[in-house]
Amino acid sequence: MTKVTLTVNGRAVSGDCDDRTLLVHFIREKLGLTGTHVGCDTTQCGACVVHLDGKSVKSCSILAVQAAGSSVTTIEGLAPQGQLHPVQAAFNEHHGLQCGFCTPGMVMTAVDLIGRSGGDLDEDKVRHGLEGNICRCTGYHNIVKAVLSANEQMHGEVRQAAE
Amino acid sequence: MYDTSYHRASSVDEAVNLRSSHDEGRYLSGGMTLIATMKQRLAAPSDLIDLRHIPALKGISVEGRRVRIGAATSHAEVAASSALRAVCPAISDLASMIGDPHVRHMGTIGGSVANDDPAADYPAAVLGLGATVITDRREIAADDFFTGMFETALDEGEMITAIAFDAPDKAGYAKFRNPASRYAITGVFVAKTGSGVRVAVTGAGSNGVFRHAGMEAALSTSWVPESVASVSVDASALMSDLHATAEYRANLVRVMAKRAVASAG
Amino acid sequence: MGVEGIGARVARKEDKRFLTGKGRYTDDMVVPGMKFAYFVRSPHAHARITGIDASAAKAMPGVIDVLDGKQLQADGIGNLICGWMIHSKDGSPMKMGAWRPLAVDTVRYVGDAVAIVVADSAAEARDASEAVVVDYEELPVVTTSLAALEAGAPQIHPEAPGNLIFDWQIGDPAATDKAISEAAHVTEIEILNNRLSPNPMEPRATLGIYDSAEDHFTCYTTSQNPHVARLVMSAFYNVAPENKLRVIAPDVGGGFGSKIYIYPEEIVCLWASKKTSVPVKWTSDRTEAFLTDAHGRDHVSKVKMAFDKDHRIIGLKVDTIANLGAYMSLFSSAVPTYLYATLLSGQYAIPAIHANVRTVYTNTVPVDAYRGAGRPEATYLLERTMEVAARELGVSPAELRRKNFIRSFPYQTPVIMNYDAGDYEASLNAAMEAADWNGFPARRAEAERRGKKRGIGMSCYIEACGIAPSQAVGSLGAGVGLWESAEVRVNAVGTIEVLTGSHSHGQGHETTFAQLVADRLGVPIASVNIVHGDTDKVQMGMGTYGSRSGAVGMSAIVKALDKVEMKAKKIAAHLMEADESDIVIENGELKVAGTDKTLPWFQVALAAYTAHNLPAGMEPGLKESAFYDPSNFTFPAGCYIAEVEIDPETGKTDIIQFVAADDFGNIINPLIVEGQVHGGLAQGIGQALLEEVRYDEATGQILTASYMDYAMPRADDLPSFTLSHQNTPCPGNPLGIKGCGEAGAIGSPPALINAITDAIGHDRLTMPATPLKVWTALQDAPTRLAAE
Repeated sequence: MTKVTLTVNGRAVSGDCDDRTLLVHFIREKLGLTGTHVGCDTTQCGACVVHLDGKSVKSCSILAVQAAGSSVTTIEGLAPQGQLHPVQAAFNEHHGLQCGFCTPGMVMTAVDLIGRSGGDLDEDKVRHGLEGNICRCTGYHNIVKAVLSANEQMHGEVRQAAE
Repeated sequence: MYDTSYHRASSVDEAVNLRSSHDEGRYLSGGMTLIATMKQRLAAPSDLIDLRHIPALKGISVEGRRVRIGAATSHAEVAASSALRAVCPAISDLASMIGDPHVRHMGTIGGSVANDDPAADYPAAVLGLGATVITDRREIAADDFFTGMFETALDEGEMITAIAFDAPDKAGYAKFRNPASRYAITGVFVAKTGSGVRVAVTGAGSNGVFRHAGMEAALSTSWVPESVASVSVDASALMSDLHATAEYRANLVRVMAKRAVASAG
Repeated sequence: MGVEGIGARVARKEDKRFLTGKGRYTDDMVVPGMKFAYFVRSPHAHARITGIDASAAKAMPGVIDVLDGKQLQADGIGNLICGWMIHSKDGSPMKMGAWRPLAVDTVRYVGDAVAIVVADSAAEARDASEAVVVDYEELPVVTTSLAALEAGAPQIHPEAPGNLIFDWQIGDPAATDKAISEAAHVTEIEILNNRLSPNPMEPRATLGIYDSAEDHFTCYTTSQNPHVARLVMSAFYNVAPENKLRVIAPDVGGGFGSKIYIYPEEIVCLWASKKTSVPVKWTSDRTEAFLTDAHGRDHVSKVKMAFDKDHRIIGLKVDTIANLGAYMSLFSSAVPTYLYATLLSGQYAIPAIHANVRTVYTNTVPVDAYRGAGRPEATYLLERTMEVAARELGVSPAELRRKNFIRSFPYQTPVIMNYDAGDYEASLNAAMEAADWNGFPARRAEAERRGKKRGIGMSCYIEACGIAPSQAVGSLGAGVGLWESAEVRVNAVGTIEVLTGSHSHGQGHETTFAQLVADRLGVPIASVNIVHGDTDKVQMGMGTYGSRSGAVGMSAIVKALDKVEMKAKKIAAHLMEADESDIVIENGELKVAGTDKTLPWFQVALAAYTAHNLPAGMEPGLKESAFYDPSNFTFPAGCYIAEVEIDPETGKTDIIQFVAADDFGNIINPLIVEGQVHGGLAQGIGQALLEEVRYDEATGQILTASYMDYAMPRADDLPSFTLSHQNTPCPGNPLGIKGCGEAGAIGSPPALINAITDAIGHDRLTMPATPLKVWTALQDAPTRLAAE
């Protein structure tokens, strides 16, 4: 057992785990944050995406010990309690989720994508940006719409604030 | 995943020492292949030596035409480096096509090159650029480095610290993805350098990444996409699997070479 | 209530919990003392078990116990069953082989469960599973349906000689043969429908909890129909009587059919919980999902379609062999029979149809209903045949279809179905206009100049949803009734709970069902809660599959609402001293028509519960339940058009546009209905272009057991879709709705393959049309000009 200490959603947390424990299992089982999901075994479906030191990563392919000392944001930490991040709000407005299982990873990916894009997104770029996330319900149509809408809103706000 | 012990190294020396004291240990860089393989219980290293926290392995330097990429540099960093893009956009483009955004945030050039997956992208660039693989103990020319599928010239415990190369006059990469895994079914890296033309093919060869002499000769004569279109590709040396027959791969080698040249300009 | 009522594009109520990580799926459940299971599975496709030695495994760290099939059998746990009896045409019943939850003497597919390891952690359970020594004596293997029927093929079940489960027929063979013999033209074609893995993103999971004090079991499970699970586990598997077994299907991450069935793992975890005295949780990984979740499709068919000299279809003869895998899954027998062959008339007036269906055992994963279930197979067969016929006859595919459309309703087909309403030409016209069908030749020429091959293809599908009525399906062999239940519970302050036997695993019931209540009672949807998925809370229900929750589940709610409304009106009339027939419900108030007398909804509810002043003899309370059994299926239909562009150098197909024109009858929430269509289209496109379960025929090993080899549609594989709705309301249910969950998966594969074969110039192509296959097909000489 190794004691792993890291920051999750702004709070310092620690827990004992085997070195072989994946970050996703540490988050789900030690911290009880079950919004991060596991949908495959081969690092492909993206249901487990969290932000590690500000970058989207697959928490199913990182050991918890690898993340020691880092800062992790999960879907639960994206917006203050009771509020929705603009990406979450856009997914709701545009019906970008059905069963909800891929949704946390999809939202975390979209937040990262929009953040990195500087606002320069179109349908094609969004579709390529989502290549690491599999959704079986929506056919992606409304996810793409939601991401573009959130991008418009978030970067529109940035532009407004700059003016 | 089987039980394993994790060690975090803060210097190259510490990492090499840790590795040498664990016979069944493995270096862990981004882990995008190694952790996945361990999860499937197809690899069972007793110890993992994490290289992601060694400052000396990080960063991209471009001095004139000389490029040096630290082994622990992520694909995302290579893709986003404006200094690199200014002298060799092909390698940034290639990095931007590896895996997906999350894999690119974690996966590293050193890890990819050391693993030498026959369907990985970086081996094509390293071989195509005639790069030098710098390790903790020596420098290895790309032509000597890749020795087969998942096999390299690295000795037991030897660690890649950087990849270095002279920026080519022109270079391009094109790949055709496996519809399921998104790995390269065939990827071709072409480079035109002062010392000649190099064409490296990944994803297709039964023995891993390889150079194609016929295409190199054709492009040396005339650096235009059409030059490679009629070059024959020996299907008998190529892989066959669910997603691509050897004949199909032979076709793709030509088509991707053509497109790589076109993208190189 | 236009903003939230029927027809409004209401954003989903349930989204917030999913968007903030507060969804609660089976694997999220934690109970005190909970331990973890890992299943020992057969690595062989067919073998005799000659011994199991778990002693080393039992000594491993963290291991609580290792249990096997003999112990399960000794405790009287029953075999898994297929719940739909089919008789062969000679009158003999289907030949159901024994399927033990844990194999005892023989394993029949790779992944067949042999033992369960229970340990402190999932990792320790898996570690120990590798130490369970199972001795196998390998037997010969057969994986394809055609090979399974050959003389001398490996015999999989002693109950089914020659691996034949049943040999069934429907329609009139003599009339059909006569039509073919008299035809001006007969199109003959062989159709392969590829085997798919459903792949809901949430892998299956179950948590079995045994309470020894109460002798009571609780089963959390990833189910589309928890009541059916309880019924089957009680009635057939002897897990526990119904009153001692609570089944909870909490948030479920997609099903697409694969979570209808009761699998070995639920049964074994419940039993293991009793044996080990700890709650036992099992969560499938993705590879296990490929190895054990029921697959879909896998048909091989021969078709003859006969035309008269005016290109009218005069007969259709179909011979199908369906691969049901190693065991008969819960509804496996119904899929290639009553859900398939009964749809072979499609949208066309065909006077004579005959279909023969043989089902066979193979050493592969059991096959059962997957999104569409039989109807995609029927549609693909029919719409590929129509396209090939149009090409052979040299006529426009649209005109050939138009000429043969059924135009008056109700229409009795020769294969049981009685279509109640439809306007097929409306959808065809809408789709062709949306796709700019007539502008295609110019687009093709432009693509040709860029070295690309363009093709366009259409498909006119019909499906049958809300399978019913119960008496009819019972007479056809179903082991259950196919009604639905609802209970509408008005609280004393006027808020409302609706308890439904339907189960939402992505379909948005919490919103659409609330919209229905809002529409009827004028209350905001925020004051309506939908309760589902728990056998302790909800009265008996049949669950969600076959696009039935709108047409059947909501109709049950309508019936319960009728009763609630009637009672509320009686109370209001009494309180306002008016005649009951003058009471109207508007905007959350009960009003006396033509007066200014009103009572807010909550006051009527309160009056029902205070019971201080109710009409004489009225029982207190405001809560009503209903069971609704439809009189017929519903028949959604539509026309899909795909336009593709193929890169001839690589064989890669890009979808330039995909147009869907659907008639779902009335629509409650267009936002949700469109989402259902998008998702169905993606799965149909996946079948057409990407997905296929492959086996090694010699060893029976599955070759596509992860996303490394099974190609799931990603965002960049798909276009945005162009949708439209036509509406002929369904006359058979009170809401006039038909069902929309499966249409996309049913109609899209043939549209795509028709488009791709149009582009490549011949029809020698099977699904999935991967780049390899299309490139290979392009190396074949075209048998017709692509741009005639």
